[in-house]
Amino acid sequence: MNVSGKAFKYNDNVDTDVIIPARYLTSADPEILKEHCMEDIDPDFAGKVRPGDIMVAGKNFGCGSSREHAPVAIKASGISLVIASDFARIFYRNAINVGLPIMECPKASDSIEAGDIIEADFDTGMIYNRTKNEEYKAAPFPDFIKNIIDMGGLVAYTGRSKEGE
Amino acid sequence: MGMTMTQKILADHAGVPELKAGDLIEADLDCILGNDVTTPPAISVFEKMGYGEVFDKDRICLIPDHFTPNKDIKSAELARCMRCFAKKHEIKNYYEVGDMRNGIEHVILPDNGIVFPGDAIIGADSHTCTYGALGAFSTGVGSTDLACAMASGRTWFKVPEAIKVILKGKPQRYVTGKDIILHLIGMIGVDGALYKSLEFFGDGISNISMDGRLTICNMAIECGAKNGIFPVDDITLQYISKTDPERFSEGGYKVYEADSDASYVREIVIDLDEVPLTVALPHLPSNTRKASDIKDMKIDQVVIGSCTNGRYEDIRLASELFKGKKVAPGVRCIVIPGSARVWRKALDEGMLAVFSDAGCVISTPTCGPCLGGHMGILAEGERCVSTTNRNFVGRMGHTGSEVILSCVPVAVASAVKGEVSTPDMI
Repeated sequence: MNVSGKAFKYNDNVDTDVIIPARYLTSADPEILKEHCMEDIDPDFAGKVRPGDIMVAGKNFGCGSSREHAPVAIKASGISLVIASDFARIFYRNAINVGLPIMECPKASDSIEAGDIIEADFDTGMIYNRTKNEEYKAAPFPDFIKNIIDMGGLVAYTGRSKEGE
Repeated sequence: MGMTMTQKILADHAGVPELKAGDLIEADLDCILGNDVTTPPAISVFEKMGYGEVFDKDRICLIPDHFTPNKDIKSAELARCMRCFAKKHEIKNYYEVGDMRNGIEHVILPDNGIVFPGDAIIGADSHTCTYGALGAFSTGVGSTDLACAMASGRTWFKVPEAIKVILKGKPQRYVTGKDIILHLIGMIGVDGALYKSLEFFGDGISNISMDGRLTICNMAIECGAKNGIFPVDDITLQYISKTDPERFSEGGYKVYEADSDASYVREIVIDLDEVPLTVALPHLPSNTRKASDIKDMKIDQVVIGSCTNGRYEDIRLASELFKGKKVAPGVRCIVIPGSARVWRKALDEGMLAVFSDAGCVISTPTCGPCLGGHMGILAEGERCVSTTNRNFVGRMGHTGSEVILSCVPVAVASAVKGEVSTPDMI
């Protein structure tokens, strides 16, 4: 599966409190959550993001609270992929479970700048920077995780597996 | 190759004789936890998946603590959603606010005897790592994992590598578990233990109370750890003998010790005698300083409570320090006993009167302001010294507000002086 879009760039340690502040956790509706995604560090994000765009950040993306609302909000906003040097472990797990594609790639995280046009291939783990004419290699997902993401998350994946039984 | 404490617990729960870091395993769970924020999305997944029944109604804890007593209509609906599910599935460990068993989830699970050494627990709350203080394996997950685990009683894990943290000596007066964990996070950074176990060793452990150990493990997540874990000793056994005497006398627990040839990716030695009263300045828990180095930093609010520092020992220490003192003019000090039982003990032992005389406001147990929910939200430009666990941008309110993390003694001293202060100054 391939995705492509414009990069939104953030720093290290983007925490789940800024991805979706707790004051909005009285709703779990993706359509409401996406309106407030990244609001506390990038108030313009919800207005600027376009379907397919890519989020790029530094180390320890998604640290802090276990709120699954965080990857749900990012996915609902239209982001097709999050690239980071590495991810906090609960966020990593939640992203896979809700079907938000993520890639760990320190090189891409260092080199990509806001506004760069990025393409990525989940099968090979290749990330292409069309603006800078560079490419970066991330480790591809193991098959079972790729399947979960392809299906749009653990709920759909488990539903499909059940049908196959 | 030997195994760490965490690896041994996981091996037993996966039903395999041995395993190593990096292995993917499926493990049986002894206890599964959710709260009023994370459980409603899990219920929606549970229903979408078509799971009919929970795997064991006695092994699931659904605790209304984040936005409770309900702060608004939407949070009331979240609480109702969880209440209806708990009723329908006859969940044993669901309590309403006011019930003597209720309180902040990570305060009550150990205190109510739900968690014992050797247990494997997941919770849809990042501070689920608290229970490592009892020699259990526990870690935070999201709502989808919670839903699947409520149905199956199992979940998958990647077996973590471990960091060995050796604690030596005895802490100075007023230095608590909070200072030790802030000190460690300051040393290794907010991602210093990413995906790993923090395993504690050393003769200094015997100088740390159970409540102090719970605080230390509670904040293991703040340096990215999957879990933190202490070995079981006399302090642990004495604690569990009181939380569930029946289970204790039946020997319903298992003590795991790390093998002598277990492998660690890093070893850190901390001389407890040298750990200072420590604060974390905005906006990361790793942004630590010696509390005594902070000068002329005026504050607007103090919060004493949370799953990190709302236990009996914390509230008792706060009342001892507040005795005969007054909160500085212009400062709000909010004291939040972490459970109904802690609140009641504070009442019976005269602590609430001390807080009231000092000019504190006393709250019902709730996570409340810690996550910027309610009961003490900050306005733009306001600064709070808080015994909670996170000081991220906007965590307790406006994005232009600031949270300084501290132990209870520094919080009380700061409330009395009106600026970041240490207990020797009051």
